[in-house]
Amino acid sequence: MLLFILRRLGVMLLTALALTFIVFYLTNLPPNLEKLAKSEASVRMTDDQVVSWIENNGFNAPVVSRYAQWLGVMPGWTKTLDTGEVRGRCIARGQDPATVASYCGLLQGTWGMSTVFKKPVTEVLGRGLGQTGWLMLAVMLVMVPTSLLLGVLSGMREGSRTDRVLSTFAIATTATPEYVSGVIFIALFASATTGISPLLASWGWIEGKTLFMGTATSAMDDITFWNFALPVMTIALYGIGYIARMTRASMTEVMTAQYIRTARLKGVSFGQVVLKHALRNALIAPFTVIMLQFPWLLNGVVIVETLFNYKGFGWTLVQAAGNNDIELLLGCSVVAVLVVLVTQLISDIGYVFLNPRIRLS
Amino acid sequence: MFDTTWDPSKPILEIENLSISFFTRLREIPAVMDFSCTVMAGEAMGLVGESGCGKSTVALAVMRDLGKNGQIVAGSIKFKGRDLTRMSEEDLRHIRGSEIAMIYQEPMASLNPAMKVGAQLAEVPMIHQGMSRDDAWKLARQIVADVRLPDPDRIVNAYPHQLSGGQQQRIVIAMALMSKPALLILDEPTTALDVTVEAGIVDLVKDLGHKYGTSMLFISHNLGLILDVCDRLCVMYSGEAIETGHVGEVFDKMRHPYTQALFRSIPLPGADKNSSPLVAIPGNFPLPHERPKGCNFGPRCDYFEAGRCDAAEVHMSAVPGDDRHASRCVKWTEIDWNAPLKAKVVKPKTPVGKVVLKMEDLKKYYSVSGSAFGGGTKKVVKANETLSFEAREGETLAIVGESGCGKSTFAKVLMGLETATSGTIMLFDENVQSTPIQQRNTDMVSSVQMVFQNPFDTLNPSMTIGRQIIRALEIFKQGKSDEDRAARMLELLDLVKLPRAFADRMPRQLSGGQKQRVGIARAFAGGAKVVVADEPVSALDVSVQAAVTDLLMDIQRENRTTLLFISHDLSIVRYLSDRVMVMYLGHVVEMGTTDQVFSPPYHPYTEALLSAVPIADTRVIKKRIVLEGDIPSAMNPPPGCPFQTRCRWKSQVPGGLCDTVMPPVKMLAEGHQIKCHLPDDVLSTMEPVIKMAAE
Repeated sequence: MLLFILRRLGVMLLTALALTFIVFYLTNLPPNLEKLAKSEASVRMTDDQVVSWIENNGFNAPVVSRYAQWLGVMPGWTKTLDTGEVRGRCIARGQDPATVASYCGLLQGTWGMSTVFKKPVTEVLGRGLGQTGWLMLAVMLVMVPTSLLLGVLSGMREGSRTDRVLSTFAIATTATPEYVSGVIFIALFASATTGISPLLASWGWIEGKTLFMGTATSAMDDITFWNFALPVMTIALYGIGYIARMTRASMTEVMTAQYIRTARLKGVSFGQVVLKHALRNALIAPFTVIMLQFPWLLNGVVIVETLFNYKGFGWTLVQAAGNNDIELLLGCSVVAVLVVLVTQLISDIGYVFLNPRIRLS
Repeated sequence: MFDTTWDPSKPILEIENLSISFFTRLREIPAVMDFSCTVMAGEAMGLVGESGCGKSTVALAVMRDLGKNGQIVAGSIKFKGRDLTRMSEEDLRHIRGSEIAMIYQEPMASLNPAMKVGAQLAEVPMIHQGMSRDDAWKLARQIVADVRLPDPDRIVNAYPHQLSGGQQQRIVIAMALMSKPALLILDEPTTALDVTVEAGIVDLVKDLGHKYGTSMLFISHNLGLILDVCDRLCVMYSGEAIETGHVGEVFDKMRHPYTQALFRSIPLPGADKNSSPLVAIPGNFPLPHERPKGCNFGPRCDYFEAGRCDAAEVHMSAVPGDDRHASRCVKWTEIDWNAPLKAKVVKPKTPVGKVVLKMEDLKKYYSVSGSAFGGGTKKVVKANETLSFEAREGETLAIVGESGCGKSTFAKVLMGLETATSGTIMLFDENVQSTPIQQRNTDMVSSVQMVFQNPFDTLNPSMTIGRQIIRALEIFKQGKSDEDRAARMLELLDLVKLPRAFADRMPRQLSGGQKQRVGIARAFAGGAKVVVADEPVSALDVSVQAAVTDLLMDIQRENRTTLLFISHDLSIVRYLSDRVMVMYLGHVVEMGTTDQVFSPPYHPYTEALLSAVPIADTRVIKKRIVLEGDIPSAMNPPPGCPFQTRCRWKSQVPGGLCDTVMPPVKMLAEGHQIKCHLPDDVLSTMEPVIKMAAE
């Protein structure tokens, strides 16, 4: 077991290196650096000035060596300018070059400065992830139980009326992307002019103008049902349909298995057949899908956080990409890669525990 | 709970005029018609018939588990006097598992893979007797010991996949016995198991039947097993019971043409491919919605008389003088049942030619990794160990052994699907042991062909039959033009006795036997010289088996093909092979002509194998030798003789040689060799396993 985890960790590390290098390479392409120079120094720079800015800020070294520096496995660059000022990767403005460490990269905990927020990347990311964590937790709490319940209910009697109704619902929700369902939700529940809010307000059933709040900004300080339900539902709905479909497929297959007949002919009641005999076998397949939903949620939050103006990880990513904030973008990609790989590891290990046929020696 | 009202002298199960239909969108498909049978307390009733005859449907109807489409349309099923057909779902639940229990065909699929064996067993008394969890587990442990499983404490805590097939079936039996049911339904309980394992299970079922006084409904297609286990039987054909009665009476005094035809199509001792060939039943099983008017067996019956047999529905009529013996035949009183088989064709024996295939010291080892995630130490599976033999032109060499003995590996090596680890294979004086099939030339590939076990999976479902055979001809570079090949394809269809119109059909439109014929046609497309038939008939029904075997024999006679017939069915091997090779754990333990192998002195394993085969003949007296335990893993074979762990003669070998030394190959007679330490004087005392009782 330990060996297996170590091996998986090794593979994960390699994958993480490869992926971050790709992002690093793409964000450090020459046109992008030129853009960076102009936005950092002056928009009206001449081409020569751009070249010297790039040289003075250490962007002219080979990509691999800069990647190594960013990682923290090579000493950061230093350069003495014509003015006598010593600049370097690890030297902040006005710092004495003699006092700083020669290595500064991811491994040393130096993730760089965000140019948009003028704060260290770690701080920006930390805050964003914290906010997104709450969102994800709420989504998972809604999505997983609901979808499993729907899937099992529709899968246990294939072709029944319940099955058809629930399947229709599940297909409809998976067919609706977040940017559609989010807009529909806002229009229906969080608009003072359309949907049900004006009606409710005219009847005097709600105090404010809208039933739900159209923005989740206030949820960053204080989560309430009224400011958080819409973003959570928007993300969860798509996943509910998807996982429910998976669970249903696996449940219908299990329900026709011979061991279910054995259980039935043992005199086990239908409820017990489902709970004791079918459920565990039916959950093996959806478990992997649920774990795959985690990385996918990161994608969902990008849209939903922007839509509802909730300043979490997704929103930060959009800001970083939109403003050419290279260090922040790289930080985001590191987090994303880690989330994907860790959930994969958990999914593999969990699979082994659910399925006794795959036991580690 | 309602035992008090039931009189033990009355039947446990009484099925009267039961009719079951399946309803599809197109039509109603009658699966069982007018079926009646009675099972008394402590009696074992056999249901025999070919696949699709409705025997499993009857069993499921007794359980009232026919699925959504199945419905009982008429008749009654009385269990201890209560009509099951009218019972509510809740009442049924109390009966299922406690009063009536069922044992299934595939033990692996019938056990929940994610639950421990003990939990699955304990569930039964917990539901029906409200037993506490601890007591139920204790009972489970005890019943596991009752079904003669070693180390019950370990087994109750194991998951099903950790047990062997035979052990799993014992668990399924244990599960059925947990609440001491009054009726046990066994649906082909041993079909998926090896013969020696089957013998153990059959013994167990019989013993438990006596011990608990349980009545049994035993469903099987194997007449030999029925004779072994049952007191009474009921032969079914196309949804109807056609003959019923006491086992001995039906076997010796059959009164229905189908029963007679069935017995003539199975290889009993004494049958021989040349002097007394099997008689296949002509024609095909009627589809449920295309049954003929009157007698269902009419179109295939030798005694058919137009105007009588197809006039009206035939009813069961009792055979006077016998014990509840009845037949569904209008003419049974007129048929001379003792008349010998007419038109007995005696076929000439094929002369055996020169050696075409010679194997010497062939070894095939596989290395496998230790654990599911690739880690662990590498282990070596010795699938074949020092295999040496030769096969001649026109000869049938049977390779016999249980699953895991390496017979299929050997076939793969010969075909070139695998390459041998060491040793030589000479095919027509060419060394092929290390030439994989990709590097063999067309000639070589077309001259060594295979007939596969499962005809259902080996044909491409989206290509017509004709196209598949033409494709084989193209690959074997036969024929000059497309017309040439199309003509040759039609000839091949003639060869395997299929109508030429089948060329345009799709595989799904064919029955199992017909598909296997296509498989044979494909194998012979390139004029194969050596044909490896890997259990070619084991997936087919008995009446079809005879026809397919005969076809293989006929083609062999004509083409002087060398046939390597891989099988676990000793009856069929005895019937058709010239020489037999018995394999165990990758070793050839005995080899000789058919007569030599089937008569003493035997290798102890051959002896056990012979004794395990059920024979559907009341005159045969068999010595019962049940092997203990399972086949050892090929990954971890026992030291010394591979068979020593299960051998009953081991004590006769002086000096504990079996435990330490691999026995040398010993020649007993010209062409008869065994791999055993037993001294000659012990071997000469061996008695024949199968004897015909003097009449």
